[in-house]
Amino acid sequence: MSCRIAGTWNSPHLIERAPLIMQDILSYEFMRNAIIAGIMASIVCGLVGPFIVTKRMVFISGGLSHAAFGGLGIAYWLGIKPLYGAVAFVLLNALIIAEMGNDRLHRNDLIIGILWAIGVALGIIFIYLTPGYAPDLMSFLFGNVLIVSSPDLINTSVLVLIVTIAVFIFFRGFVLIAFDEDYARAKQLPVKALNRGLLVLVAISIVTLIQVVGIILVLALLTIPVAIASEVSMNFKGIMFLSVLLGILICVVGLFLSYYSELPSGALIVLVGGVMLSLTKLIKGLFI
Amino acid sequence: MQKLISVRNLSFRYGENPVLQNVTFEIAPHDFILIIGPNGGGKTTLIKLILGILKPWEGEIHFHGAIANRLGYVPQFSGFNRNFPVSTFDMVLTGCINGENYLKRLSRDDIEKTSIILEKLGLYNKRRSNINALSGGQIQKALIARALVSEPVALFLDEPTASIDITSKATLLDLLEEINEKMCVVAITHDPTPFAHTYKHIACLNRTLFFHKRGELDIHTLEQVYGCPVELLGHGIPHTLLKEHH
Repeated sequence: MSCRIAGTWNSPHLIERAPLIMQDILSYEFMRNAIIAGIMASIVCGLVGPFIVTKRMVFISGGLSHAAFGGLGIAYWLGIKPLYGAVAFVLLNALIIAEMGNDRLHRNDLIIGILWAIGVALGIIFIYLTPGYAPDLMSFLFGNVLIVSSPDLINTSVLVLIVTIAVFIFFRGFVLIAFDEDYARAKQLPVKALNRGLLVLVAISIVTLIQVVGIILVLALLTIPVAIASEVSMNFKGIMFLSVLLGILICVVGLFLSYYSELPSGALIVLVGGVMLSLTKLIKGLFI
Repeated sequence: MQKLISVRNLSFRYGENPVLQNVTFEIAPHDFILIIGPNGGGKTTLIKLILGILKPWEGEIHFHGAIANRLGYVPQFSGFNRNFPVSTFDMVLTGCINGENYLKRLSRDDIEKTSIILEKLGLYNKRRSNINALSGGQIQKALIARALVSEPVALFLDEPTASIDITSKATLLDLLEEINEKMCVVAITHDPTPFAHTYKHIACLNRTLFFHKRGELDIHTLEQVYGCPVELLGHGIPHTLLKEHH
């Protein structure tokens, strides 16, 4: 599998040698890029994840990330950069969900489920129609942060910047619609526009994350750091800040393990997150 | 008579189901109106329309003066997201946010007002607690504090006495009576009895609305007739106590 990289697993002295190993790892450009991509993904996770969790948008996020597959497929077929296809398609789907979600007659989860399936189906068809083998297909499904190129990083950093600035400016509005949408309406906030804006930010975050953990595992990075942070902090800003740090920790540890175990990086990142969440719950259960 | 809000021929439907039909009534500055009626009768829908949370299908809601953004809302306790990560202080502080200032930082004045309200409602020592650590009565008060912090001219409460214990209920009623001296109070309730001393008018709502001024429909009389507090009121159905609406 393309996600594997060579390395040696020499656990007894791993801790002592950690600084050397880090130096070793960082001497490779692909590892530096991988870590930078992981950090950028963690920033958007931490900024957007708490809204996704508190506003119960986890299913929407799952739908959008799978719908991205359609965009990737079409981009392949057209011969353009897959990332652009994913951004365009996820944004389109986000706007469809926002539009339908405002209509009480439509059940939101129904629309999301359908878009989810149609996205994947389109992806399969267009990749099938594209001559030759699509080598990065597995990377998009399961993530391969190790093939992120420097131009990819520049594109991603633009997305991260957009998310960061938007969350900073509209923070109060987003928190209020996540907490009590009716109240926000009663206070004459532009709830419809804020909801739409938040969905667009979720869409952008998902595309950023797909590079790191892949379509199927995006949900993990949007939820696990927030879930751990929520065990520790009961304050929205605190959860955001902790989620960013935890995301970075999870990504770096996952990449580190991937380098040495030759196991796929995306899956390892998610499992590291899972283990950390379980440990947090366990420790909290034992001592508090 | 001085008016605050006039509701005229208001109709609303969810899809094909009419929820409200031709609702007309007036709210005056120091009214204390109870909205009663069966489940699904449109009580919550009516106040959501007045508050601008829902848009009317037909008819209009006319505000006398620039008060559309000066309405306080205390939502139903059961629909409230108690697990949201927010402290009592910050939750009450969100009451200061509105469509005009939500992009700006909250002022020192807002923070001060929040402290004063919390102090007044006896929640100041709970200000750092997370909202899910509060009791039912405390949450209800915190929700009222959130509505009051923006200095509204009218307070709309959805089932304020539901799911709180008797002691909290009594303090809450005293509080509402005090609030009523400064502003108009509109409360949805399925249990009008505790409001017997404070209410001024009763609006019976079951798709259409019938407005009863105090005296016309006296809760004490009803209690005497039943020999016990009355929870259910029905017009024109078996065991009727009142004349049918015409």
